[in-house]
Amino acid sequence: MLSVKDIDVYYGNIHALKGLSLEVNEGEIVTLIGANGAGKSTLLKTLSGLLKPKAGTIHYLNSSIVGKPAQTIVKAGISHVPEGRRVFANMTVEENLELGAYTRKDKKGIAEDLAKIYETFPRLLERRKQLSGTLSGGEQQMLAMGRAIMSKPKLLLLDEPSMGLAPLMVQTIFQVIDDINKQGTTILLVEQNANMALSVANRAYVIETGRVILSGTAKELQASEEIKMAYLGGHV
Amino acid sequence: MEWIQQLVNGISLGSIYALIALGYTMVYGIIKLINFAHGDVFMVGSFVGFYSIVGLGLDFFTALVLAMIFCAIFGVLIERIAYKRLRNATRIAALITAIGVSLLIENGFIFTWGPQPKAFPDIIANGSFEILGAKISIKSILILSISITLMVILQFIVHKTKIGKAMRAVSHDNEAARLMGINVDNTISATFAIGSALAGAAGVIFGLYYTKIDPLMGIIPGIKAFVAAVLGGIGIIPGAMVGGLVLGVIETFVNASGFSLWRDAAAFVILILILIFRPNGIFGKNTREKV
Ligand SMILES: Nc1ncnc2c1ncn2[C@@H]1O[C@H](COP(=O)(O)OP(=O)(O)O)[C@@H](O)[C@H]1O
Ligand SMILES: [Mg+2]
Repeated sequence: MLSVKDIDVYYGNIHALKGLSLEVNEGEIVTLIGANGAGKSTLLKTLSGLLKPKAGTIHYLNSSIVGKPAQTIVKAGISHVPEGRRVFANMTVEENLELGAYTRKDKKGIAEDLAKIYETFPRLLERRKQLSGTLSGGEQQMLAMGRAIMSKPKLLLLDEPSMGLAPLMVQTIFQVIDDINKQGTTILLVEQNANMALSVANRAYVIETGRVILSGTAKELQASEEIKMAYLGGHV
Repeated sequence: MEWIQQLVNGISLGSIYALIALGYTMVYGIIKLINFAHGDVFMVGSFVGFYSIVGLGLDFFTALVLAMIFCAIFGVLIERIAYKRLRNATRIAALITAIGVSLLIENGFIFTWGPQPKAFPDIIANGSFEILGAKISIKSILILSISITLMVILQFIVHKTKIGKAMRAVSHDNEAARLMGINVDNTISATFAIGSALAGAAGVIFGLYYTKIDPLMGIIPGIKAFVAAVLGGIGIIPGAMVGGLVLGVIETFVNASGFSLWRDAAAFVILILILIFRPNGIFGKNTREKV
């Protein structure tokens, strides 16, 4: 479904992604783990068209999306929930969700999906007229995910959805991620909480300073001593 | 009941400032640029109104609409030609460019059409009526009605339409807006179009009220509208409306109390006071981090 080959991404002189390659197959949850500053967010921003790679190719559903503007990529079915949620704090919960459907024209479908999101996240329904800046961190994460789903994505990019959330809320969010995937949306999940990420994912990539250093099925990585040491806080 | 009369005059004048201030504040909200050429768009609107009435023989309202459309296009051209390429430049570079655009419009206008002032045609009846002993001119009421109508339409656009929601989203978080599939370039252009149309309308009603228009007429009202925008809290739409009205009323009362020489100074005194005591304006949150 998504095939990234040898991409190089820079911020000015900073070489953030160095010949990175990865694959995501339809229906999978693929997780990307790595320390702070490894380049995980940079990769997601490149996939959603916020950054342009200097070299390399990105194919999505067999067509190249390198250099395409973000709006084209959203229309093609890739939706990105950015790190830190980035909800529109000056707008209500419902306005945020409506903006998620910005590229869609099918009024009826939009209304149905809105109702579905309120079903998934009853908290958002209770707060639909509230300014989203007044929501708690967990509610903002739900809103950011709901907003992304409103574009009817085939591939959902999630950047550290559990960041800063209480353990119970993390459980809820991961449950929802699993549900979304079971309903047919492919997911590329960036996490620092590697334990949680590996527990829901099919496959995983470990990245370090802009390169993939290890990849495999989630089970393989969970069993790897190297990973336990570096990312799962385990003891040998 | 002299003061009621002055209050109405102040509100009419203030509503003109408010219309101009809206353009400043909307553009600032979306690209963080003080568009110093905005006062000149107001001037151009006044002249389009003038030529539509005198040259084309159109009625006042058609002239008003024509001036708004012309200015909307003019504003978008300014943005596309001069400002767009500076999106990622330093703020100071963009600011200097805006001042340059302003000088170019003023001097280009004088070079092409000459510096002479024109007498704006007096096509609205000069009548007045009395309420509670105050003499209220029909013109003031007309100006006020037009301004209020435009502000209501603006509120509707900003809060209820798709483009309005896109404008608010982009001004809050440009990158997140792009992730929604919003075309940021078009949204910025729409902001310039709407802000400039409002300035154009302000130019026409200003001509009607003050009867004399000239190529440099945009400078002082432009600066005052900027003060009004800062007074209300730059980037905040209701702030610009209230800031404009407050400034117009204060100025009119300063004038009426026998300090007419201080009239223009009032705006600057206010600007200095806000910057000292409430730099984020009446409606602004007191956050210090935003520079
Ligand atoms: N806007 C930026 N400007 C310059 N450097 C950046 C910017 N964003 C990220 N970087 C750098 O790029 C590298 C990768 O960052 P990022 O993708 O955010 O890492 P991660 O999401 O894995 O924590 C880091 O070295 C970071 O400092
Ligand atoms: Mg990150």
